[in-house]
Amino acid sequence: MTDRIYPDDPVGSFPPPPATLTDAESREIRVRESGRDDLDALVGMYEDFDPADRAQGIPPVDPDAIREWLDAIVTPEAVTVVAEHDGRPVGHAILVPDSGEGYELAIFILDEYQGAGIGTELLEHLLGQGQAAGVGRVWLTVERWNEPAIALYRKIGFETSSSESFELEMSLRL
Amino acid sequence: MKVLLGTGGREDGFDALARTLERTREAGDDLTVAVLETSSDVDVESVADDVREQVTASGIDADVRVLEGHPGSQLVEFAETEGFEQIVLGGGQRSPLGKIDLGEVAEFVLLNADVSVTLIR
Repeated sequence: MTDRIYPDDPVGSFPPPPATLTDAESREIRVRESGRDDLDALVGMYEDFDPADRAQGIPPVDPDAIREWLDAIVTPEAVTVVAEHDGRPVGHAILVPDSGEGYELAIFILDEYQGAGIGTELLEHLLGQGQAAGVGRVWLTVERWNEPAIALYRKIGFETSSSESFELEMSLRL
Repeated sequence: MKVLLGTGGREDGFDALARTLERTREAGDDLTVAVLETSSDVDVESVADDVREQVTASGIDADVRVLEGHPGSQLVEFAETEGFEQIVLGGGQRSPLGKIDLGEVAEFVLLNADVSVTLIR
């Protein structure tokens, strides 16, 4: 796993946050950079997260475990954006540095806000924020059966880099 | 019960070893540890030495074997021919984001073993 594969060419540029958009359900969604100041609100969002949408053990279910997990990944070195509706986080995306030069990506959206175009916007602004922070290599893993997520990652520019494991690994060069 | 623990020398494998030794003591199981060739950059004999050291330190009488070749199939074949009742594996590594990464050995064993498989988490 030390020699992760990335596409040869960068995918182009993405818009940095903040942004305000109207989703497919006519809700006004604000996308902005987030950080450790948002930990309490993010814990609240993950407490509302549908357990069926968990992936590979995250987010944890227990509130204390959620806080511990967020505390470990929402660091000054991470790049993180949040989507808010009525001032409340409904989606969260993050790039966490790995032990090499890459960043692992994950995105979580509350059930009732899925399928409304928020994921695409959140990912694009996360990658825009990543570009501004000098992130060059991004990878993720996704369950093979999670076709909506895989389609979204492909649309953004991710390519499959490894399919030998339970999870599909995809990567992108910024 | 005749229990077979497979490990490739990764951190989750040694964690599984510690927990399985504990369980072996409590349950009075008959434990064998198989050291697998999971990657070309790991020296199986040196992993086996570390495993033997941990087993000896625990005071449990467990056999430690090196299985050469394709790790998943060797483990499953060994379990079948030696009549093991349960296979135990490490429960996967955590990614920087905290995601569980199970890996191909676990997948192969889960799909191909004809005995119960326990993942230690």
